[in-house]
Amino acid sequence: MAGERTDILVEPVGESPSHPGPRIRRSWVIVAAALLMLVIVREVTGSKELTSSFTFAAALALAVPILFAGLGGLWSERVGVVNIGLEGMMILGTWFGAWAGWKFGAWYGVVFGMAGGAAGGLLHAVATITFGVDHIVSGVAINILAAGVARFLSVITYTTGTGGSPAQSPQVSGTLFQFTMPFLAGGPFLWIHKTPDLLGWFERHHWFLVSDVAGVAKGLMFDVSALTLIAVALIPFSYWWFWRTRTGLRMRSVGENPIAADSLGVRVYTMKYIGVVISGALAGLGGVFLVFEAGIYHEGQTGGRGYIGLAALIFGNWRPGGIGAAAGLFGYADSLQLRSDPAIHALLLFVAVALAVAAIWFVGRKRAVPAAALVILSSGFFTWWATSESVPGQLVGTVPYIATLVVLSVASQSLRPPKWDGRPYRKGQAL
Amino acid sequence: MKVRRAALWLLAPIAAIAFSLLVSSIALLLIHQNPFTAFGNMVKYGTQGNQIISIINRAAPLFLSAVAVAIGFKMNLFNIGVEGQYYLAALLAASVGAAVHLPPVLHVTLILVTAMTVGAVWAGIAGVLKVTRGVSEVISTIMLNFIATGIGSYLLLNYLKRPTAASDLATRTREIPKSGLFPSLDKLLGITNPNEPLSGFLLVAIAVGIAYYVVVWRTRFGFNLRATGLNAQAARVSGVNPGAMVIQTMLISGAVAGLVGMLYLLSFFHAYTLDFPTGLGFSGIAIALVGRNNPVGIAAASLLFAFLEVSAQILDLNGIPKEVIQIMQGVIILSVVVAYELVRRLVEAQDVRAAAQRTREPAAPLEGVAA
Repeated sequence: MAGERTDILVEPVGESPSHPGPRIRRSWVIVAAALLMLVIVREVTGSKELTSSFTFAAALALAVPILFAGLGGLWSERVGVVNIGLEGMMILGTWFGAWAGWKFGAWYGVVFGMAGGAAGGLLHAVATITFGVDHIVSGVAINILAAGVARFLSVITYTTGTGGSPAQSPQVSGTLFQFTMPFLAGGPFLWIHKTPDLLGWFERHHWFLVSDVAGVAKGLMFDVSALTLIAVALIPFSYWWFWRTRTGLRMRSVGENPIAADSLGVRVYTMKYIGVVISGALAGLGGVFLVFEAGIYHEGQTGGRGYIGLAALIFGNWRPGGIGAAAGLFGYADSLQLRSDPAIHALLLFVAVALAVAAIWFVGRKRAVPAAALVILSSGFFTWWATSESVPGQLVGTVPYIATLVVLSVASQSLRPPKWDGRPYRKGQAL
Repeated sequence: MKVRRAALWLLAPIAAIAFSLLVSSIALLLIHQNPFTAFGNMVKYGTQGNQIISIINRAAPLFLSAVAVAIGFKMNLFNIGVEGQYYLAALLAASVGAAVHLPPVLHVTLILVTAMTVGAVWAGIAGVLKVTRGVSEVISTIMLNFIATGIGSYLLLNYLKRPTAASDLATRTREIPKSGLFPSLDKLLGITNPNEPLSGFLLVAIAVGIAYYVVVWRTRFGFNLRATGLNAQAARVSGVNPGAMVIQTMLISGAVAGLVGMLYLLSFFHAYTLDFPTGLGFSGIAIALVGRNNPVGIAAASLLFAFLEVSAQILDLNGIPKEVIQIMQGVIILSVVVAYELVRRLVEAQDVRAAAQRTREPAAPLEGVAA
């Protein structure tokens, strides 16, 4: 129906350097500055949760499914296929992961969940690549279909005497291994059952900045699930694959200009199929992670995380590192909301300070209008912080979505999606 | 030629439905159920008088949702946000309706206008973001869906809920007084003792359907809309302002989306409750696709989907999971878009061949002249 769609996502505006070297160094500076501001806010407001290891551990756990979904989006959109169906593929991942985890054990759950998601990806690939169906249409259809399939399968498998119900699976058997860093976070090392928990020791002393950094680091290092390790490892892997290997370059070329790629002998359809199927598998893994966090499958478990993954993809400018940062940010906001109300309230001050810093940066660049806007926003957040006691949880949940809309409308100049993203392609077509 | 074309386009949804029957038959066979008895029971049950009323009541909101989506589709705008638009609209319209006392017709009008305004404003945000900042409406409407959920539950829990709720699960807005409700059509049509009344809101849905046809196919605005959808560049060159078109279309689409929840609100629920139907926005996308944005097609598709939902209730009584129809609906959507795409390619190939034929024909006398 929708013919040629050239405007899916945002129009690619301007080129960004293909080699992200200096950008990585700059992002470390931003991370360090943010941490410092966080510590100052923590000191002013007295909400220890802001930098506690528990908050960061929870943030990591909440970020992982978003990260899987976001990377799933990356693998699909880098080959030029928009994947709104991530949510559905994630649902398939949760169902098949839980079913196999319950029947055969944890690692079978991982394999089946991946396969379930990949099957969803294959369906999307067949519809969009072979049959040229509009990408959004196919994605929406897959979301509806996946929810129906999961519901049907639950009804026929989990009813009679299994301990499950049409809306939820029995407990999955077995667990994946969990990793704790030896010496730094007190994990086992070779035959030593318990090594010193160096970071924990630092954190307990409440030294300004030192303990905060230790808390953050420890949160990211103790009781880390195997799937978390995989997810985090996938960030550099995806970067290496797409920007350092020959096949990765071919895959990207298909997402940028399939006609040119075809003329150079790249198998456009094959590359697209590979990307979209892997995309589904990654989304499925995100679903599996949710299942093992909860110990069961239940209906609505994905809770729109496929869509947040899509937001993370845009927020992260279609790059693995950016997606990781976005997922971390969204996970952190979520974990504060779960862990304590005062901490979320303290975050208002953090936002106010961050906006003020950004305003100063713009003043330094002699750009009055954005600086003024930021000053107004900053004082608004400051007033909100000063005059209120808490932030309603329902509104905190909307932060990732509002942030994405803001980034899309303010920074779309520096966003750089793949050029052919979302456009149908048929072999032999002219421009 | 024209008749054959139309038959071809009609064949696509029929093939898709047949394929979905096949897939769900396989699903039923896998769990050792006879598909023929299952589907036979569904047809027998779904064609009884009471069930037909229930089907029509369910079809009307689906139809409205699909029209809201289709208006956008007609100019290549993807309003995935009907879900959030009708949710916020229903919540706020219910609150406004419960807060005032007015004469009957005025009261209902106020509620409907509120709902349409809320839906239009919420969709309008996506339109403005697209025009001024180049943000794709696909992404912005998805994000706005989630933001609507957050803001809605915040408003409901803090400001709009009825104060005397026994528990969190009973959270709801205050009841709309009788003057704000929609009458049923039962007396008018002489229906006696129905299981559920036939909602008068059906007339609103029909009116919207007619208005959709008239506006899109019979007005200058509609012409511009379709022209922009077919070829945005050409439309712009011929004097259409694409930015204004985007915003106007999103506003209209959102206003119709605001009406989606009104049948349930004004004929059955009388207040916004936590078990208010969800997912109608996504079903609307599916139905607009199956009905190819054509008012009659959309009406048929929404009746089909409503029929499946209502008639599937008999399956549970026979020990067959009624969820099989969700698979059916999913397969219909996916296979119908594939089928339409195949037909489109076929038609295109025919056109190319016909054009080639035409260019060859006048060449013949030329040869004669040369000889």
